[in-house]
Amino acid sequence: MIIASLFETAWHALTTHRMRSFLTMLGMMIGVAAVILMLAIGQGAQAMVRSAIESMGSNLFIVMSGATTTGGARVAMGSAPTLTFADADAIRDLPDIVAAAPVSPGSAQLIYAGLNWSTSVFGSTPDYAIVRDWPMASGGFFSEADVRSGARVAVIGQVVARELFGDEDPIGKIIRIRQAPFEVIGVLAAKGQSLDGRDQDDLVIVPISSAQQKIFSSSLRNRARFIMAQATSEKTMDAAESAINEVLRNRHRIGVGQEDDFIVRNLTAIAETAASTTRVMSLLLGAIAAISLVVGGIGIMNIMLVSVTERTREIGIRMAIGARRRDVLWQFLIEALTLSLIGCAIGLALGIGGAWLVERFAGLPVAVTPASVLMAVGVSFLIGVFFGFYPARRAAGLDPIEALRAQ
Amino acid sequence: MAEFGQLLIEVLGIEKDYPTGAGVFQALRGVSLGIAAGEFVAIMGASGSGKSTFMNLLGCLDRPTRGSYHLHGQDVSRLSSDQLAALRNREIGFVFQGFNLLPKLTALDNVALPLMYAGMGRQARRQQAQATLNRVGLGDRSHHTPLQLSGGQQQRVAIARALATRPRIIFADEPTGNLDSETSRQVMGFFSQLNHEEGITLVLVTHEADIAAYARRRIRFQDGRVVEDVAIEAVAA
Repeated sequence: MIIASLFETAWHALTTHRMRSFLTMLGMMIGVAAVILMLAIGQGAQAMVRSAIESMGSNLFIVMSGATTTGGARVAMGSAPTLTFADADAIRDLPDIVAAAPVSPGSAQLIYAGLNWSTSVFGSTPDYAIVRDWPMASGGFFSEADVRSGARVAVIGQVVARELFGDEDPIGKIIRIRQAPFEVIGVLAAKGQSLDGRDQDDLVIVPISSAQQKIFSSSLRNRARFIMAQATSEKTMDAAESAINEVLRNRHRIGVGQEDDFIVRNLTAIAETAASTTRVMSLLLGAIAAISLVVGGIGIMNIMLVSVTERTREIGIRMAIGARRRDVLWQFLIEALTLSLIGCAIGLALGIGGAWLVERFAGLPVAVTPASVLMAVGVSFLIGVFFGFYPARRAAGLDPIEALRAQ
Repeated sequence: MAEFGQLLIEVLGIEKDYPTGAGVFQALRGVSLGIAAGEFVAIMGASGSGKSTFMNLLGCLDRPTRGSYHLHGQDVSRLSSDQLAALRNREIGFVFQGFNLLPKLTALDNVALPLMYAGMGRQARRQQAQATLNRVGLGDRSHHTPLQLSGGQQQRVAIARALATRPRIIFADEPTGNLDSETSRQVMGFFSQLNHEEGITLVLVTHEADIAAYARRRIRFQDGRVVEDVAIEAVAA
């Protein structure tokens, strides 16, 4: 009940020096706004990376055709495919591997009913849907039989479906891929952006045999630019990686000491690295912002010390008429707390508003989480107590007679 | 002869030392006296005589270096600072020369302040503060701040604040020091009335003889000792 009255007293004291109170709170406001904004940007980036990783597929390897040495001239990685469909089958037969899909990537123009759309074309096998954990929105994926027979069937991504068909149902329709007619048999579910910021839904997948024969007119039949493989679990990834290396070195007859003509990349590990990088960045941004919070707290302590000195006589009067030391302590502590919490509230509004502006105008993904708001409020409270305590104790420790004599 | 317990204030061999650069300054060098409930006492003396130090001790703002002080039978020299604060709040009212009102608060809030520290609720203390302001004749000025009031009115607000918790004793330190003679007479008249009609014990520190003449007992200090302690018969006009 005295505490409630002291809030009133604090409010009165703070509104008496409006300008000073505002300037004191400014430090807290900027600090809290910075923390909220930085955490929002950091967490937005983290969320984006997380969803990109989830959409990539789990426990994923990519085996790329490596540098070939032709008469001493080394050619850039992947330019001459060294991997064969049989390599993909051999990888799939490894004990720690769930699925392996050879991929022949390219791009082509699609035409349907007078509309056209340029997009990525992937030639692959049904395993592709497995390794990418990619469900269908409608229709189905093509089969092994389609790959063997070189069937002219296609599975399209959401962007292609939207651009070519609009509201129309694409299933059963014939599209032309670089003039060759293909029947759409399935539409993939949406995946969104990949880690490198590309739209993963802007693609067409066809049987790898059909792609090489009808679209790319490739001279290198039965060869894949890369193979995507999925391990059975996160724990088996290391074993799976060495098994892939071993089986490919055997199949490609690479002797001890010779350079591999392929490269195995653990995509999941790369993604984890990206995720931890954004996490560190997010922490760093938050930490830098937190420094301004501490500076704001020091500003409060500074003004509270000035206030205690200015109001020494008032403290003496209050003590003379019966204020106990803890009443005086609470009075100044509550004043400091009120300053920091009001500053925090305004800072929250500024930070959330700023985050909205960043999302709206800078196009960065932001996420203001309840946890970061709670943390800002909690830290402001602690700062109010921590930096308010020393001036409050100084006030409470005054000698009433000395204090009454002060001017 | 007054027995222990009948006396409201009883001090025995009180001494107070202050450390200074040149050694210890003895502000009080052994003071013993008693004040009964309902007395009106003027404490006189030149500056540096120890009268203010004595006042501060009696008012429980300070503790003696040596000697004992019983207030209403309670040994005050052993109390903690929080217990002293509670005692000041309940039993003692202060009136100062410079009024010592909080300038940003209204008269009502100033008077209600000791009631807040007494733990009274907001509504109740505002009512009691208003009633106390009515008693000193300033019921219609409750929402004025000290700066909007004359010196005499400010001192009456200060008296109301001292009276708010219905204490037994009021200590007034040069209460007319900042007032003109006409206002001084009004304030002293009001003190006399409080003493007469309500039996409130009054201890007044002054160096003006005509102000001391309102009291019925005069104690004179010199060099930290009591040099005169007499009853006053005549009442000044």
